[in-house]
Amino acid sequence: MVVPDTGTHEGGVLSQTLVAIGRIAVSLFVPIVAFVILWAGFMFLRDSNAPQGIIALVAIIWGVGGVAMLFWVTDWVVNRTPLHVAKKLQPFVFVGPALVILTWYLFLPTMRSLYLSFFDAQSKNFVGLANYVFAFTDSKMLESFLNNLLWIVLGTGGAVGFGLLIALLADRSKLEKVFKSLIFMPMAISFVGAGVIWRFVYAYKPAGEDQIGLLNALVTLFGADPQAWFTLRPWNNVFLIVILIWLQTGYAMVIISAALKGVPSSIIEAGRIDGASELRIIRSIIIPFIASTLLTVSTTIIIISLKIFDIVFTMTNGNFGTEVIASMQYKQMFRFYHYGRGSAIAIVLVIAVIPVMWYNLRQFSKREGF
Amino acid sequence: MTRVKSKKSNWSLVVNLILLVLVIVWSIPIIGLFISSIRPQDNVLSTGWWTIFGEHSELSLDNYRQVLGGSQYTFVDSAGNTVRASGDNLSRAFINSFTVTIPSVIIPILIASAAAFGFAWMIFPGRKFFFTTVVALLVVPLQIALIPILRDYQSLGLTGSYLGIWLAHTGFGLPLGIYLLYNYISTIPRDVFESAFLDGARPMVVFNRLVLPLSVPAIASLAIFQFLWVWNDLLVALVFLGGTSDVAVLTQRLANMVGSRGQDWHLLTAGAFVAMIVPLAVFFGLQRYFVQGLMAGSVKG
Amino acid sequence: MRKVMLVLLIALLIMPSVFAAGQKGTAATGAKTVTVFGAFVDEEQRRFEEAIKPFEERTGIKVVYEGSKDFETLISVRVEGGNPPDIAGLPQPGLMMNFASQGKLVPMWASLEATIDKNYAPVWKDLGSYEGTPFGVFHRVNAKSFVWYPKKAWARAGYEVPTTWGELVALMDKMVANGHTPWAVGIESGGATGWVGTDWIEDIMLRTAGPEVYDKWVANEIPFNAPEVKEAFEFLGDIWLNPKYVYGGRNTILTTSFGDAQRPMFDNPPKAWMHRQGNFITGFFPDAVQANLEEEVGVFPLPSINPEFGIPVLGGGDQFVVFNDRPEVRQFMEFLATWESGESWAKAGGALFPYLNQDLSAYPNEIERSLAEALVNAKVFRFDASDLMPAQVGAGSFWTGIVDWVNGKPLATMLNDVQRSWPK
Repeated sequence: MVVPDTGTHEGGVLSQTLVAIGRIAVSLFVPIVAFVILWAGFMFLRDSNAPQGIIALVAIIWGVGGVAMLFWVTDWVVNRTPLHVAKKLQPFVFVGPALVILTWYLFLPTMRSLYLSFFDAQSKNFVGLANYVFAFTDSKMLESFLNNLLWIVLGTGGAVGFGLLIALLADRSKLEKVFKSLIFMPMAISFVGAGVIWRFVYAYKPAGEDQIGLLNALVTLFGADPQAWFTLRPWNNVFLIVILIWLQTGYAMVIISAALKGVPSSIIEAGRIDGASELRIIRSIIIPFIASTLLTVSTTIIIISLKIFDIVFTMTNGNFGTEVIASMQYKQMFRFYHYGRGSAIAIVLVIAVIPVMWYNLRQFSKREGF
Repeated sequence: MTRVKSKKSNWSLVVNLILLVLVIVWSIPIIGLFISSIRPQDNVLSTGWWTIFGEHSELSLDNYRQVLGGSQYTFVDSAGNTVRASGDNLSRAFINSFTVTIPSVIIPILIASAAAFGFAWMIFPGRKFFFTTVVALLVVPLQIALIPILRDYQSLGLTGSYLGIWLAHTGFGLPLGIYLLYNYISTIPRDVFESAFLDGARPMVVFNRLVLPLSVPAIASLAIFQFLWVWNDLLVALVFLGGTSDVAVLTQRLANMVGSRGQDWHLLTAGAFVAMIVPLAVFFGLQRYFVQGLMAGSVKG
Repeated sequence: MRKVMLVLLIALLIMPSVFAAGQKGTAATGAKTVTVFGAFVDEEQRRFEEAIKPFEERTGIKVVYEGSKDFETLISVRVEGGNPPDIAGLPQPGLMMNFASQGKLVPMWASLEATIDKNYAPVWKDLGSYEGTPFGVFHRVNAKSFVWYPKKAWARAGYEVPTTWGELVALMDKMVANGHTPWAVGIESGGATGWVGTDWIEDIMLRTAGPEVYDKWVANEIPFNAPEVKEAFEFLGDIWLNPKYVYGGRNTILTTSFGDAQRPMFDNPPKAWMHRQGNFITGFFPDAVQANLEEEVGVFPLPSINPEFGIPVLGGGDQFVVFNDRPEVRQFMEFLATWESGESWAKAGGALFPYLNQDLSAYPNEIERSLAEALVNAKVFRFDASDLMPAQVGAGSFWTGIVDWVNGKPLATMLNDVQRSWPK
């Protein structure tokens, strides 16, 4: 790797070092300069007395324009360096800013959590693995692991399955836009709103009363007794997962749909000419073509299922055997103020996603660029 | 686009029927919410929303009136008189939400698309490691980042500034953005770039002229998700921007609308619809980009 | 592209001067400001802001209140993140102790302590203290040991207010014999489901085991599975787990929101005839009932069980604590320790205050006046135990334990589990 350039340059080591320094500098340049300029501007902006609308407008142009400009400036600077240096610096013009921001906002906090996970509630005394022992032995935690598995399997399966089905069907319908918009609608609702919606579905009133929950209205219409849905183990988990599927199918559909548009019509036509049935075309032409997209969508929904929190916390608070990992994490951290346990559970979440990452990495290797 | 749609008519009937059933199932909860939002409070709490088609057909715009105009309060002023007054209306909150949301969507998309391009089409040491780490960060609960980031913001003087919250949303939104855009950009056929590079174009030019235009469908999808996430976010805004009435965003105002003890949750039915208008407008505005499938046309054409 | 960038670059250079121009106007507003962060929002926020106006007018100090439903999460993030408000209104003494033990709070200074000694019963000072040092000033409080009933329907049915537990049980049986359901109970409260049950248990504990045992229970000096606790649960179980006594039975208890739970009392005829809840429940009554509160609703204290302990009052409340020590912050805290800071809120209704020298005639109706009186004159007053216990129990296993028990978990197992969750 350290093969010095023959010719005009003095020493390999020196130029390598310079390149390394250059790389770091470029990665830092965009974010730091962007930051300083923006920061200086907003010190003014924050205390400004101008009308709210104008401040907002100026702030938006300032922020967005600033970032775009700084990308351009870095690129300009890199291109003023000798060609072989520029080549090595180029990639960092593109990935550098993202890496710096991610390091600051997510990577370092994760490392901090890793550190805190070995300490007690107030992060004062070292407790070794005690918090991890809690995470893997507490009965509520064990319940959470099982439930999260259910969320991953049913939630991801449901959302991706329905998303794929709807995307495929809508692609063949003249009313594509209408159908897709309606399926997408739940995504637009804030979680507070979604919570109210599902109250109107699962609400329970004693037998003989007017039911305000749709499900119980149907059940009583057919002569059965109304059910307190959230107390029915283990089905209550499924009732909660339905909410996730309802919310996330729109996401899966939108991404899969975009990928479907990229399937070359020539291949499909060729299949038709060969006399393949529609199902066969879907199975052996379309699905393989969009496989990488399906993996992407599944990965993100698996991660959403793993992090699921709002639905459980507001609907059942984890009662009746519906506890999940992220809700345990939240409770330990912000309700019980046990930073050690809260951090340990967060780290467990990160570890739990490793198999998914490993599979992604394998696919990534198959897709090398140039 | 029209390739399959003109096929056999009974096939398309089946397709439309299945879709219709699914769409009805998906829409029922929202229809219920909408009907509840135009019913009087006592009816909402005592009878099912479907009874509006039967014995309880009263309609009322009171919920909307309260949400948009601010709820009515009774309090005693310093002179000892009992006063009824309205709370603030939502226009300030709308502007605040826009100010927070627009850059919080555009900035991460700019940075994520550049990074996705770098990861997909450039060779550099540590590429796989960095990429895997980026995707693994998707799973990190953002709650663990709040305290350390707030500390940094305190020392930098960023707390309570729009820049602070834009950067926070950028940081929290980047993993998904990079991952989604990588998936898309890495599938752009290689020959598209090769001719450009042979012409001696710089990567930044290739990125601007080829990658960004070709990625419009993926960017449009990502823009919607990031928009929804930021628009509906409550926690990040409360931590980094604060919740006083001059900076409060729409979700904060709506969350507080249920009253201190949650007694006014019928107002949420109307509030949820008010908050939904903007995201839906954005969806319809961007929809044509990912429905048309620009990619298919420009690359394969 | 280049031209666009050039324009942007120029724009970026010009903008600071634009901001600078806008900034000049603000320089004049150098008024002192105190930031207050609390859990109450909306209508209550307006009433609080109205109540502190006399202070702002007198001193020229501006008080900026911020309320959030996510108070508990935010206060810990902001304090840990180095961005605490000047003053926070903490709903739980546990939170105060947590911050005090980390040295985040400013202890009370002499003049404030003197005001507290003068205006409050000693119990409130103790509740605001950590390891003997006072920190918190109580402002709005609530009293929970009350039973509400539909007055007119009671009069028609000929029911009378019970004064002993025996009379209460007799009344319940009489109701059942008449085909009536005595109680309306609902404990659902989103992420806080179960707290209604903890209030019931605490009220019963105070009546069966007495305040001393109650204090030991709070401090875990007697374990959570002690016979005294078990006895309290058995008293509660006799009512809650008997489908004849509670409207809708167990499932209704578990799934009905605590605020909606009272509604069956105001159906015609009533589907339930009594509801035990704090003074704040009046805000949840149907509009027609609220408009005519004194005629529609009656209230009596939950009767005594063991005459030795009388009728204790269970309550809760927000205490204000100081994070940033500045003269104007001190001034405001001293204001909060006086009846003047609560008077206009008391007049508007929906809040009780603990001040010894308060003017009871300020309360807008006979009901609130009697509750305020009961609170101030209580021989035995105890703070909500679940707010005093460590959060793992008080906002964790105690809540979920109640839910599990109503949902069928054996009492002994549940009590053992709660005891096991107590942090060492």
